[in-house]
Amino acid sequence: MTGPRRLPTGGAWVDRDRPLALRFDGREIPAFEGDTVASALLGAGIVGGFRSPILGRPRGIVAAGVEEPNAYVEVRAPWFSPILAATTLPVEPGMEVVPRPGVGRLPTEDVPARPSVHTHRHAEAVVIGAGPAGRAAAREAAARGERVILIDEGHRIDDPPADVRCLPRTTATGIYDDGYVVAYERAPAVDRVWHLRARRVVLASGAHERTVAFAGNDRPGVMLAGAARTYLERYGVLCGERAVVFSTNAWGHLAAAALAAAGARVVLLEPAPVDAAGVDLRGVERRAGWLVVGTEGDPALRAVRVRDPEGGEEALEADLLAVSGGFSPVIQLARAIGAGVRYDEARACFVPDGTGPEWLEVVGAAAGEVPPTAPLFRIREGDDADKYVEPQRDQTVADVASAVRRGLRSVEHVKRATYIGTTIDQGRTSGVLTVEIVNELLGLPHGSQAPTNPRPPYTPVPYSALAGLDRGPTLLDPVRTTPMHPAHVARGAVFEDVGQWKRPRFYPKDGEDMDAAVARECLAVRTAAGVLDASTLGKIEVVGPDAADFLDRMYANRMSTLPVGRARYGVMLGLDGMIVDDGVAVRLAEDRFLVTTTTSGAATVLDRFEEWLQTEWPHLRVWCTSVTEQWAVAAVSGPRAREVVAALELSVDLDPDAFPHMAVREATLAGVPARILRVSFTGERSYELHVPARYGLGLWEAVLEAGEPLGLEPYGTEAMHVLRAEKGYIIVGQDTDGTVTAEDVGLGWLVRTDGSDFVGRRSLARPELRRPDRRQLVGLLPEDPEALLPEGAQLVEGPVEPPAHALGWVTSSYRSPTLGRTFALALVEAGRSRIGTALVAPLAGGPVAARVVEPVLYDPEGSRLR
Amino acid sequence: MPGARPEPEHLWRSAEPKPSYEVVVVGGGGHGLATAYYLARNHGIRDVCVVERGWLAGGNVARNTTIIRSNYLWEASEAIYEHALRLWEGLEDELDWDLQFSQRGVMNLAHTLGDVREGRRRVEANRLAGIDAEWLEPEEVRAFCPILNVSPDVRYPVLGATLQRRAGVARHDRVAWAYATRASELGVDIVEHLEVTGFLRDARGRVVGVETDAGPIRAGAVALAAAGHTSVLAERVGLRLPLQSHPLQALVSNLYEPVLGCVVMSNAVHVYVSQADKGELVMGAGIDAYNGYGQRGSFHVIEHQMAAALELFPIFRHAQLLRTWAGIVDVCPDASPIIGLTPIEGLYLNCGWGTGGFKATPASGWVYADTIANGRPHPLAEPFSLERFTTGALVDEHGAAAVAH
Amino acid sequence: MLLIRCPWCGPRDEVEFRYGGQAGIAYPADPDGLSDEAWADYLFMRDNPKGPFAERWFHAAGCRRWFHALRDTATHRFLATARLDEPLPEAGT
Repeated sequence: MTGPRRLPTGGAWVDRDRPLALRFDGREIPAFEGDTVASALLGAGIVGGFRSPILGRPRGIVAAGVEEPNAYVEVRAPWFSPILAATTLPVEPGMEVVPRPGVGRLPTEDVPARPSVHTHRHAEAVVIGAGPAGRAAAREAAARGERVILIDEGHRIDDPPADVRCLPRTTATGIYDDGYVVAYERAPAVDRVWHLRARRVVLASGAHERTVAFAGNDRPGVMLAGAARTYLERYGVLCGERAVVFSTNAWGHLAAAALAAAGARVVLLEPAPVDAAGVDLRGVERRAGWLVVGTEGDPALRAVRVRDPEGGEEALEADLLAVSGGFSPVIQLARAIGAGVRYDEARACFVPDGTGPEWLEVVGAAAGEVPPTAPLFRIREGDDADKYVEPQRDQTVADVASAVRRGLRSVEHVKRATYIGTTIDQGRTSGVLTVEIVNELLGLPHGSQAPTNPRPPYTPVPYSALAGLDRGPTLLDPVRTTPMHPAHVARGAVFEDVGQWKRPRFYPKDGEDMDAAVARECLAVRTAAGVLDASTLGKIEVVGPDAADFLDRMYANRMSTLPVGRARYGVMLGLDGMIVDDGVAVRLAEDRFLVTTTTSGAATVLDRFEEWLQTEWPHLRVWCTSVTEQWAVAAVSGPRAREVVAALELSVDLDPDAFPHMAVREATLAGVPARILRVSFTGERSYELHVPARYGLGLWEAVLEAGEPLGLEPYGTEAMHVLRAEKGYIIVGQDTDGTVTAEDVGLGWLVRTDGSDFVGRRSLARPELRRPDRRQLVGLLPEDPEALLPEGAQLVEGPVEPPAHALGWVTSSYRSPTLGRTFALALVEAGRSRIGTALVAPLAGGPVAARVVEPVLYDPEGSRLR
Repeated sequence: MPGARPEPEHLWRSAEPKPSYEVVVVGGGGHGLATAYYLARNHGIRDVCVVERGWLAGGNVARNTTIIRSNYLWEASEAIYEHALRLWEGLEDELDWDLQFSQRGVMNLAHTLGDVREGRRRVEANRLAGIDAEWLEPEEVRAFCPILNVSPDVRYPVLGATLQRRAGVARHDRVAWAYATRASELGVDIVEHLEVTGFLRDARGRVVGVETDAGPIRAGAVALAAAGHTSVLAERVGLRLPLQSHPLQALVSNLYEPVLGCVVMSNAVHVYVSQADKGELVMGAGIDAYNGYGQRGSFHVIEHQMAAALELFPIFRHAQLLRTWAGIVDVCPDASPIIGLTPIEGLYLNCGWGTGGFKATPASGWVYADTIANGRPHPLAEPFSLERFTTGALVDEHGAAAVAH
Repeated sequence: MLLIRCPWCGPRDEVEFRYGGQAGIAYPADPDGLSDEAWADYLFMRDNPKGPFAERWFHAAGCRRWFHALRDTATHRFLATARLDEPLPEAGT
């Protein structure tokens, strides 16, 4: 079965041996392999079938490509898309579509997206558009032995050049800096986004035909002349048997000739003389100087109202009105990358002016090789409110005129007042029409203003295609795990995201909630021992004869006096004097340091080191290497930590006099090279055991095996936070926020005052950083020992009414099983002078009072560290 | 498109510049136009000219994602953005214009414990400042925005959100046009397509006017409101500023039936999105890292944005990207603006709004006009002086606005 | 996606690099000798031209070397890149 408009033969793109059935709006439509949804509908004799989005006017297919304003469908099978142009959608087996008036519907039910991948390629030449000009350019480049990629949005590339990678069904959606082309391929089973880097980009994207704004120009049955010819030649569909062709140019006349040759009765109206030499117009009734002034139909076109040069009007019976008001080069992609345009008077269109990147070449019709035309954009006769400029927004000449009358002169303003050009086709048919009508209404010559700036993508691209495979719990962003991760998973750890790392937050046992688990973990560390996976700590080896000098410049405290085998806590400032990171520096040898950083600061600190070394102090002989992932770290902490560590096969004398707090030993652990750091973030005696990453899991298991009989528990970041806060140890990024100095958090004692320079030092002398009322870190004990202040709670002196000034805020707040109560750390204006006084957190549920105390609430003498 | 109020019959009057004015405002964007309006309306200074080198309101006010909110972190920012929001709440009446101002609520999502801490701090700070703010747990997040994926099995699960219900969106073009039209009605001259090429200085070095393509215009005060191009202008008067101009990209989708009734922002995964009345999804992307005046950015920024958006909004997988573009944002080291006097007498500065300019428009114009009219900083502008870079009293909003607004 | 010619590695995609702002801002030899204003100049004041701009880039996901570039901020076009031990590129070179 074929449709009534399908000719018995012809149609270069359809395969008549492969019939298909399309479901359109519930109706079965015959089609062939190679049809678009639009060609199938037209072949079936469907004139109309669509509606306009705002006024609900009946509409039909106007174009044969991406410039279509009316014919949009939702694809329901064999895959889903909310809205696509019927004119660019090849019919597939089992395809089901329904019309959509410019507005799509995103399904709330779980409808899978088409799979999508991204492919990256390099080429000497990327040619966009596989028409004659594009094919010639591709052929030429291939003949020079270049790698050539030829892209075309149509689902076929005719006469494909040899030795050229052809990508049909592929739209170059954007040309970006330095020859970068992004293209979207809608293959039958998969979406593919191409990322192409080309030495040269050739834009051969052709030209789009324009309509003319006459009364009734949106009636179903009115279409672009070139489209009528395309449906005939590619799909064997004759869009009308009694055709009126309204053409200002030779290519429009070609359509008249083709329709007549296919057997249609054709009246060709020429509003102005057209040089149609070489166009075989036999059988075409030519009427020079005639205009279209209206259409009639119900709603499909039945007659065209025409006007002769003397002003006499008549109605011509017709079932097709094919319009060609001239051609506009398709140069959106070139303009978006900086190519300018100039107005070509003879062709009444905007053509590239030759500016733009030197690697971009525009050829063929896109470069302006289109037929001359008289500048005809609107017909004066008839009601302006019936002359559609932008059918997809139901905007007419009257709407444009109204905007201009209100005082808008720029076409950019008219676009924003009318939304012309913000359509799915981005104003392909309306753009030039609008700008010239605006120019005319303002009394300006044609070409005085160019169409609004085009923006990529050239045609819409599904979000799912752009996201590609970068989706889901593992691929959106890499997941980093430590060597001990399987053990944490096996133990049922609850993880938190710290940067890209997964860190155990706590290890619940037997239905414990977080509070119970954290309390248990804290008490284990305070009374027996605990082990923390500290592998995520940033670790940088700083090596070279000038390493000590370099670290003195980078840290606010002195590192060069650190003896070999010792560790020192250090604070790093930004150039503005604020704390940016902290950690421990270990001197492994005279010329070799290991510095640790915060988990999230690791990459930044390394970047920072390298930046200063390369750009400011290239004379320093220092080399930095990130070893974060090379070493796994188990931090064993607690009064029985020494017993736990002693049970491991460790080649170190653990006697505290021989291996005191802040000492470091390189040793072997069960025959494995290890570094043991006696540094503590809990306030208890601690041993940080560093082993090569591949031994990390083994180390962890060995520690648990040795420690569990002694009461050791693995603890997570939450218990670690509680334990460190009890000691008043800060966490950079939690107790600091980029506005906090070392002095503010009570670390002023470690900042060098000997006059030697370090990064950030000069900033500390600025007035704002010397104010006595700066916010300072203090401890807070809520008056109700059960009351937990929320982190972020603001602090004031007494009851206040908003808006009120905050004296500070709570930075850390926990329940301490050790203290048997809640406590918090806070940054408070002149906080140290407020110790002993009370502050109030004005919370939604009522004020909570707390006493300001020293920030070190546990073992202030540090006696437990030994 | 038609709204509740009748459309004004006439928009602003395009003027030819006179030889001199009391105030010349350089830059016909939202801030410049609001400044001119409030100069005339609040201070009776009507001898004002707004000079715009392109088409009016064609810069960042035409290129932003129209989000309005006042839930900033620091008191200085809270005060000026809240002043803006209060002005927004009366602006349709004030200007008698349908601005499509919609207080649909803005949610800022938290994806890590650090985000949660920061968000809660912001809620508490906002409440104390008299700004409406709520903390939502994941289930409440879902209730407020049902299409958000709050399940734990995504890369960065939603752990909660701040919500400012009074926040929302407005139609950007209408805002600029309304200010332009009402300023024009009060006597302000608006001159489009005229570029300021230099400054007139007197013997004492005072700025006493501007040089333009069409000749000099003398002025009692020259007020820069040129956003991304401020540095270019300032250089012509020998003023070096702590500003860098970057592309900031945004995008819209095809039109869809309504699915998203609020504004959702997520700094951690670089998404901010709302659905316009017409039906398109309006999304912002991250700032491109490099300085650029090209009004375009790099596409990988958009792709990254899409991937993040799909994670949060599975329903968007079928949406189609229609158009991308970039504005040029001028960014200060502390991510806060500069408003006030300059070391050069007669020259005023209002710049550095970065990604926050649109929402501040009414307050920016209000305090800038007051500053110009009185020759001293408006109290709300005091913390945003140029001197803060010398004293160190920065207003560091990086924490509050890592990328997106 | 800019194409950036690392002086050591050749042309590479922008995503491999980190931007470093204006080139030629040297750490002052004697920070203590500077007034607060002069120190603020060093910390914060930067050229921000529309046109050729001498700037720094860091090949973070490559050779991890800093280098200089001259780039037109209006067109995004790189005019030159140079190693740190080579003269800073200038407009017109």
